[in-house]
Amino acid sequence: MTLTREKQIEMLRSMQTIRRFEERASDDYQAGAIYGVVHCYIGEEAVAVGVCAALNRDDQIISTHRGHGHCLAKGADLNRMMAELYGRQTGYCKGKGGSMHIADFSIGMLGANGIVAGGIPIVTGAGLAAQLEGKGRVAVSFFGDGASNAGPFHESINIAATWKLPMLYVCENNLYSAGTIAADTLALSDVAARAAGYGIPGVVVDGNDVMAVYEAAEAAVSRARAGQGPSLIECKTYRWRGHTERPGQEDPRPKEEIEEWRQRDPINRFATNLTDQGLLTEEAWQQMDDEILAAIEDAVKFSEASPFPDPEAAVEDIFAD
Amino acid sequence: MPKISYAQAGTDALIEEMQRDPTTFHLATSAQDELVKEFGADRVRATPIAEGAFTGIAIGAAGSGYRPIINWGMITFSFVAMDQIVNQAAKIHYMFGGQAKFPITFRASVGGGRRVAAQHSQSPYSMFMNLAGLKMILPSTPYDMKGLLKSAIRDDNPVISFESNRLMGVEGDVPEGDYTVPLGVADIKREGSDVTLVALAWLVHEGLAAADTLEKEGVSVEVIDPRSLVPMDEAAIHASVQKTGRLVIADEAGPTAGASAEIITVVTEDRETFAKLKTPPKRVCALHVPIPYSPGLEDHVFPDRDNIVAGIREVLDAG
Ligand SMILES: Cc1ncc(C[n+]2csc(CCOP(=O)(O)OP(=O)(O)O)c2C)c(N)n1
Ligand SMILES: [Mg+2]
Repeated sequence: MTLTREKQIEMLRSMQTIRRFEERASDDYQAGAIYGVVHCYIGEEAVAVGVCAALNRDDQIISTHRGHGHCLAKGADLNRMMAELYGRQTGYCKGKGGSMHIADFSIGMLGANGIVAGGIPIVTGAGLAAQLEGKGRVAVSFFGDGASNAGPFHESINIAATWKLPMLYVCENNLYSAGTIAADTLALSDVAARAAGYGIPGVVVDGNDVMAVYEAAEAAVSRARAGQGPSLIECKTYRWRGHTERPGQEDPRPKEEIEEWRQRDPINRFATNLTDQGLLTEEAWQQMDDEILAAIEDAVKFSEASPFPDPEAAVEDIFAD
Repeated sequence: MPKISYAQAGTDALIEEMQRDPTTFHLATSAQDELVKEFGADRVRATPIAEGAFTGIAIGAAGSGYRPIINWGMITFSFVAMDQIVNQAAKIHYMFGGQAKFPITFRASVGGGRRVAAQHSQSPYSMFMNLAGLKMILPSTPYDMKGLLKSAIRDDNPVISFESNRLMGVEGDVPEGDYTVPLGVADIKREGSDVTLVALAWLVHEGLAAADTLEKEGVSVEVIDPRSLVPMDEAAIHASVQKTGRLVIADEAGPTAGASAEIITVVTEDRETFAKLKTPPKRVCALHVPIPYSPGLEDHVFPDRDNIVAGIREVLDAG
């Protein structure tokens, strides 16, 4: 499976955009311009980007509390995303959602979700819609290792397998759920092994290798589009930062472990790979990064210049008219 | 006009709406033969007994252009899907700034009287009323069942249809073919001048019987059926209470933080209506207990026409 140079460069750009976006979001959160809670995806970018590279615009995805990466990988607008984090009227959800509830239905991004495993049934419904529609669309559920222990995961996968829904269940196994070590709540070493219990394919991939993720996703997407039903893909990965950006949280993770995973940086790895293949020069990479930083700076300016929603708008959008 | 049962009126509404709109489909833990024959196994699916998952599936399909109809069976089983109802369905339109519509109909039977004890005898609609973002209907006749359910299916929001299991076999006039009963419009079942009785579901029928009894004593009872709980036809209740100056509410649910409490608040918070009240309002509700099994116990817990008569007399005696 070879992707065009352009496509691969786009994937790298997407990964770096996620990273730079979150670095900025974290800074602005510490500075008080972003409220509540922010969960960063840094270190896991290859998963969202690798999977979304195998999708079309009208395919649908659903995300988790750690949702910025999925949004951006599916093509969300930086300005509207940052403005949502800033709580502004121009944000994706007019300031009603914030970091944990960003959605862009126009690009098939059905939302981040503050309830662990809460999105899995919902996106399975998008899979049912895709099947009823019969136009070959697929739906993708992103979720964590922690979510894979929850009822909605098992119930949904069973239904999708039985009805042969065009679905991908993508587990981002970052070895922890908040402060809990995955192995303390999960008797198997691989979440993917659970697929066997539902009669669907389950594969483990290196979640820090964007091309490996892409290839696994591409195979599962082809299968789903061909009417052969869902697949479970487990991406082994790691988050570099704490569970949330809130200062002073307990983190059970050994420093050496974090450092070890930083050495497996999915972005550096992909960039080096592209450079080695002669598809990317050092200068082009630097230039891309500068462009991304400039776009993020613009998004911050856009957000700062945007008004807060009129407080009266709090009573709008409870019901569709 | 043909007479059909409350239950059949619901099925007729479903069939007509599913014929009318190809984006509708039906999920429940069993697939009704009548529906499968008409619409096929693709649009009428038996799900695993996984209420959380198929409730969520409805949300995702609704957000993707479909108009799912879900039957939880009893409201009891909806509690297994509480995350999807409370955290997802009720909030998803709002949380995402109104980006997408979520037209979903959830059907569930409510109420007691069937000797099936606590877990299978519940009328918890006020638990759902407490959430912003869900509409809910509570039909009391076959006519309203068909008309309200059609409106619910056509509505672009999640709507819960609470269907009284005491009324399933009750027959009534239902026109053939299409008509709707709008959400948020109460039905004045009987006009009166001495006291307003707001009655819900099965108690509409008990309330009408109570009104007959009291008429013989020269008491004129106005009986109002709100028909939908969200939106609630507050104007109709205000107008009636302003006319009669007295309010009694009859509800098969317990009183605590119930629809009955909400209706009283609606009335007493309104200056004009409050000023017209001659006596404090009165609730005739179930006792605040889980529903017991043994017939004598169960019947003791639920209000009926006699309790309504007594409640109205109490209010009249108060001034
Ligand atoms: C149902 C539910 N329980 C608890 C929480 C609190 N919580 C938020 S994130 C999280 C950990 C989730 O772990 P995992 O699914 O592995 O995702 P990760 O954060 O590692 O990406 C928990 C427990 C929640 N949001 N929802
Ligand atoms: Mg995790």
